[in-house]
Amino acid sequence: MDNDKLILGGHEFTSRFILGSGKYSLKLIEAAVKDAGAEIITLAVRRANTKEQENILDYIPKNVTLLPNTSGARNAEEAVRIARLARELGCGNFVKVEIMRDTKYLLPDNVETIKATEILAKEGFVVMPYMYPDLNSARDLVNAGAACVMPLAAPIGTNKGLATKDFIQILIDEIDLPIIVDAGIGKPSQACEAMEMGAAAIMANTAIATAGDLPLMASAFKSAIEAGRKAYLSGLGRVLSRGAAASDPLTGFLRD
Amino acid sequence: MENQFFVDSSRLSKKALERKHKLETDPSSRTNHMEYMDGMEIINSDVCDNVMSHMKSYDYTKYTVRDVRAALDHETCSINDFKALLSPAAEPFLEKMAERARLETGKHFGNTVYIFTPIYIANYCENYCVYCGFNCYNDIRRMKLSTEQIEREMKIIADSGMEEILILTGESRAQSSVEYIGEACKIARKYFRMVGIEIYPVNTDEYRYLHECGVDYVTVFQETYDTDKYEKLHLLGHKRVWPYRFDAQERALMGGMRGVAFSALLGLSDFRKDALASALHVYYLQRKYPHAEMSLSCPRLRPIINNDKINPLDVHERQLCQVLCAYRIFLPFVGITVSSRESASFRNGIVKIAATKVSAGVSTGVGDHEEKYDGRASQEQGDEQFEIADGRTLRKMYSDISEEGLQPVLNDYLYV
Repeated sequence: MDNDKLILGGHEFTSRFILGSGKYSLKLIEAAVKDAGAEIITLAVRRANTKEQENILDYIPKNVTLLPNTSGARNAEEAVRIARLARELGCGNFVKVEIMRDTKYLLPDNVETIKATEILAKEGFVVMPYMYPDLNSARDLVNAGAACVMPLAAPIGTNKGLATKDFIQILIDEIDLPIIVDAGIGKPSQACEAMEMGAAAIMANTAIATAGDLPLMASAFKSAIEAGRKAYLSGLGRVLSRGAAASDPLTGFLRD
Repeated sequence: MENQFFVDSSRLSKKALERKHKLETDPSSRTNHMEYMDGMEIINSDVCDNVMSHMKSYDYTKYTVRDVRAALDHETCSINDFKALLSPAAEPFLEKMAERARLETGKHFGNTVYIFTPIYIANYCENYCVYCGFNCYNDIRRMKLSTEQIEREMKIIADSGMEEILILTGESRAQSSVEYIGEACKIARKYFRMVGIEIYPVNTDEYRYLHECGVDYVTVFQETYDTDKYEKLHLLGHKRVWPYRFDAQERALMGGMRGVAFSALLGLSDFRKDALASALHVYYLQRKYPHAEMSLSCPRLRPIINNDKINPLDVHERQLCQVLCAYRIFLPFVGITVSSRESASFRNGIVKIAATKVSAGVSTGVGDHEEKYDGRASQEQGDEQFEIADGRTLRKMYSDISEEGLQPVLNDYLYV
């Protein structure tokens, strides 16, 4: 377990929990980061671009990697501009590409995301694209230079859990990059399940932001993600998916 | 009881008074409010037909407790569920609606509350809208800020910490041309992260020009979706043309604006039908322009200079709260703005349930920010459009929101 690292763009992380920050009170972020053990925290550039005295950047511990996102971008061109602005603001080389042409469900646009990923990867960004779990798109993202693939579990903010479970499993099975489950995870048990499936990390925001006790929920996620990871690494036991196993093997008649 | 809107100024000439009275009393002296005037662009849109057919057939008395319960049980709120939530049958369920609304607000916006302020740069108006303090027959001090004055006012507002501004004018193309407003927007971009406008409706190419000047959000209040009532309240001027106003948000989106805001002025007509139409206006435009950001406001009528009797009739705070909760449950993804027309206590309560944006440091007058912010009256001032109820400064609003455990946000925006 000690050598089990999450590697993104050549950077090593011990924690497999990425914390979203969009819906918190700033004063709670620091505690949540600490209790969740998060080493990566997202930051909406549109929000950070402020004169506000209480800037979110002041609440993020220095040893945490900032993951600016392109929230608000409606196409690849806008996402690229926001990513470049993030770099100018001193947010480093990581960028989470989020492109939405839909304000109702905030579903990501895979086609534009692939275009932006290609441009930004060439410019040296560590690109973490948020996407709808489609295998063909995921392969295109790999070819475009993504550092990982971030499929949604359910529409953002819904806390509905692994609504796209089967498709995320396909990505985990077929894509060689880390698969980080993003959006829709509402409970620690769902995060644990995704990790058992082989997800490389979990990103969550609303599930913690809407909890009664934020630091406690952050800590619950930390434990659940670690448990799921351990289960995955240890190899899950036999699961009887359809009916019972026959006590007399069907192939028992074979002689040689 | 109907509002008493008509007030005669002693300074109007005999001829002007005669014309005013004729407009008020003789419908045949008024133009056809459904007919476009010269220069008004006509777009082919089915949004209006969809909205109006629902509104016309909406009989809120037929909804029962059973319909309301079903609406609250459904995971997704249908149009029919929304109609039930707006009905009188839902009034006993206000607390339940508030709980559901708070849940939806949390899912989509977390605990954030956005803060903005309006700036009126001119109060000249060519319309006679009987409930409005700026109406052309109302005897008020008129004023239009010069570009220097606009810059000075905006600097004062920006120095208070504000990052989002909404530029307003009275509705007069002659006094406040699109170019004049465009120049104001260019100045605003120097001082603010986000610039919106609430001006008279314009054509698509003019919205495109204003977008190039730095505007990204357009607010147009339809006032009332009841076209017959609209005709009786907007007696003169281009604002009288109801359908041109209805299509304003769609033209703004066609002109490249990122977002649009909607509202009826509750208290002018049947508020339940107006609330239904406002939300469906958003609903159908969102289906057509899914990338666009949308928001709803919910102003109630307020007293104006020379007429302190104007009031929101049967829309009390409970009804307003019901409308806002129903909006939130039906359209969980839209922004909801509650202006300083409402009291501090109402606004403090509603931001915990449904509202996501409030104004602060508000003046509805022209050129008086220096006096209101710094206590110095350095220049001539124009009178106010209506009385506000919540005069909190940005600093006070910021600390009040924080104390409620919410997160005040001054900017969530990038002009890309």
